[in-house]
Amino acid sequence: MAKSVEQLYEERLTRSLDAMHLRVPDCVPVIPIIQAFPMYYAGITIQESMEDISKAAEAWDKFLADFDPDMTQGPLLSLPARVMDRLDLRWFRWPGHGVPANRMYQFVEGEFMKADEYDEFVFDPTHFMLTKWLPRSLGALKGFERLPLIRDTMWFGWFTVVGAFGLPEVRQAFESLMEAAEDLAKYNQACADYVEKMKNKGFPSSYGGFSWAPFDLIGDTLRGSVGIMTDMFRQPDKLLKAIEKMVPISVEMGVGPALASGIPLVWIWLHKGCAGFMSDEQFAKFYWPSLKAQIMGCIEGGTTPVVYCEGDYTPRLKHIKDVPAGKVVYHFERVDMAQAKQVLGGTACIMGGLPNSLLVSGTTEEVKEYCKGLIDVAARDGGYIMATGALVDEAKPENLKVMFDFTHEYGVYK
Amino acid sequence: MAEDLVQAFVDLKENEVLRIVQERLDANEDTFAIMSDARSALAIIGNRFHEGEYFISELIYSGVIMTRISELIKPRLSKAPDVKRHGKVVIGTVAGDIHDIGKDIVVFMLDSHGFEVHDLGVDVAVERFVEAIREVKPEVVGLSGFLTFTYDVMKETIGAIKEAGLRDQVKIMIGGGQMDDRVKDYAGADAYGLDAMAAVSLAKKWVGVE
Repeated sequence: MAKSVEQLYEERLTRSLDAMHLRVPDCVPVIPIIQAFPMYYAGITIQESMEDISKAAEAWDKFLADFDPDMTQGPLLSLPARVMDRLDLRWFRWPGHGVPANRMYQFVEGEFMKADEYDEFVFDPTHFMLTKWLPRSLGALKGFERLPLIRDTMWFGWFTVVGAFGLPEVRQAFESLMEAAEDLAKYNQACADYVEKMKNKGFPSSYGGFSWAPFDLIGDTLRGSVGIMTDMFRQPDKLLKAIEKMVPISVEMGVGPALASGIPLVWIWLHKGCAGFMSDEQFAKFYWPSLKAQIMGCIEGGTTPVVYCEGDYTPRLKHIKDVPAGKVVYHFERVDMAQAKQVLGGTACIMGGLPNSLLVSGTTEEVKEYCKGLIDVAARDGGYIMATGALVDEAKPENLKVMFDFTHEYGVYK
Repeated sequence: MAEDLVQAFVDLKENEVLRIVQERLDANEDTFAIMSDARSALAIIGNRFHEGEYFISELIYSGVIMTRISELIKPRLSKAPDVKRHGKVVIGTVAGDIHDIGKDIVVFMLDSHGFEVHDLGVDVAVERFVEAIREVKPEVVGLSGFLTFTYDVMKETIGAIKEAGLRDQVKIMIGGGQMDDRVKDYAGADAYGLDAMAAVSLAKKWVGVE
C-alpha cells in the first residue's frame, strides 16, 4: 500500500533529524540546497521568478513532483525584485538590474563601513545600521542619514529625537520603506504558505533561520574582502572587538526566526574562513572563536546549527571538531571526506561534498559512482546527509535525480 | 638598502616599507630601482603563497601596500617604467558573471610576475574576448567564473575563439569558485588553475620561462 502524505512527512523528518543528531536513520537522507534549478527545469526565467513569486512556487511544484528530497526549502531564494528595486538595493545585481533575464542574482562587494568607523559601530551598532549602513545599502533610505540619536531620548532629549522625524528627507525614506514593506509582505506570505504546501505534499522544510559567521558579517557587507583582510594587519584589535560585538547579534539573527517558524534549524553560511583565504593562525584568532560562540549560542537557544562551509575546509577540521556531540551539522563544499569522517565522526553530522560540476558535465553513472564513494566513506554508522557542494543552479535533471534515487536505494542501513 | 625594502615588504611591514620608499625618493634614487625591488618582494610573496606560508589575506594586503608605493612614486615618474615582460595575457570574468575578487588577485599576481595583463573586467561578452585576442595577440587567455552557468559561457567563449580561427594561437586557462578539471574538459580549455599562483605557473610554462 502506498504511504500517506503524513507517513512520508514523518518518515523524512525522522530520517533527517536522526542523521543530524548522529542516530542511525533508516537510510541516508538527501537534503539538497537549491537555487535556480527549479526555474530552469520548469522553463521560466529567473527574472519571472523574482518578479512574481507565484511563478517560482509553480516551478517548485514541478521540482517536488519529480524529485525526492527529505527536507527542502521552497521558493524563498527567488528574492523579491520589486522590493529590491523600490529600495534601490546596492549590493546585489539581479535580472534587469545588471545581469541578463535568465541569470542568477549576484552579490557585489562594497565598503559599506569605512576603516575609521569601527569605534562608532561597536559603541552603538543599531545607530550605525540606521544612519550609515541602511542609507548606503538602500538608495531609497538615504534620508535615514538624518535620523536622530534615539539613545539620547531621555529627559528633554526627546524634543530633538521627535523633531528629526519631521524632516522631509526622513519622511520620504519612511514612505519608501512602508511601500516596500507592502510588497515584501506578499513575498513573506508566499514563502510561509509554501512551507504549509510542502508539508501537505509530505516534505519537511529545511530552512528555519539564516545567519552568517561574525567575521563574515563584518567582511561581506560592511568592510568588504579587501577591507577586512587589510584590517587583520592594520587594526586587528578593533576588528576583534567588532567581531565580538557581532556574536550575540549573529545568534539572535538565526535563532529568532528559526524558533518563530517552528523549524529549529539555523543555517550559517561561511564565506571567508576557508583554506587559502587566511592562515590557520588567522583562522584560530579571527574566525573560529566567534563562530564557535555563535554555534554554542544557537544550540543553547534551542536550535541545530547547519554550518555551510564554502570552499575547502580540510585544514580547518581540527578546529571545528570542538563542538558538543550530535548538536551540529557541517555541510562541506570541498573537503577530504575520509579525513572529515575521521575527525568529525561521533561529533558532528557531515553533509554535502557532491561537486556541482559533475551534475553539469558528468553522466548518471559518474554521479552514482561519486555518491557511492561519499556514502561508503562518510555514512558509516549514520551522521551523513547527501547534498551537493554548492547551491544547485545548472544541472542535467537526470544527474540530479540520480543523487536522490541512488542515495535512497544504496544508502539503506541494514 | 635594496635588501631592506624587499625584506620589509615581504614581511608586510607597511609603515617601514613606506618610510624606506620615501627615504630613497628623498635621496633622489631612480624610481625604476625602487619599483624593481617592490616587484622582487611581490615575487617572493607569490612564492610564499604557493608554498602555503602566505594566504589570500597576505596577497590582498600586499596589493594594498603596492598601491601605496605606486602613489608615492607616481609624481616622480617621467614615464611608465619599461619592464621587460614575459608575455601577454588577456583575462576577464565571462559574460553574465560579475564576480571580480578572485580575478583581480590573479591579474595582480600575473602583473607582478612580469606579464603584460589586459584585464577586460567582468561580464565580458564572448565577442569581446575574440576582439581582444585579435588586437592584443596574447599567448595566454584567462577565463574567470564563479557560478555554474559560466561552464556553458566558457564553452561558448572558447567555441567562438575557435570559430574565429584563433584557438591555436592561445593557451586558455580557467579559474574561479566552482571550477575544476571536469569543467576544463567540458569547456575545452587547456588548464584549470586552483589559485593565483597556479595561473602564474601555467602562464610561465606556456610562454617558456622559468
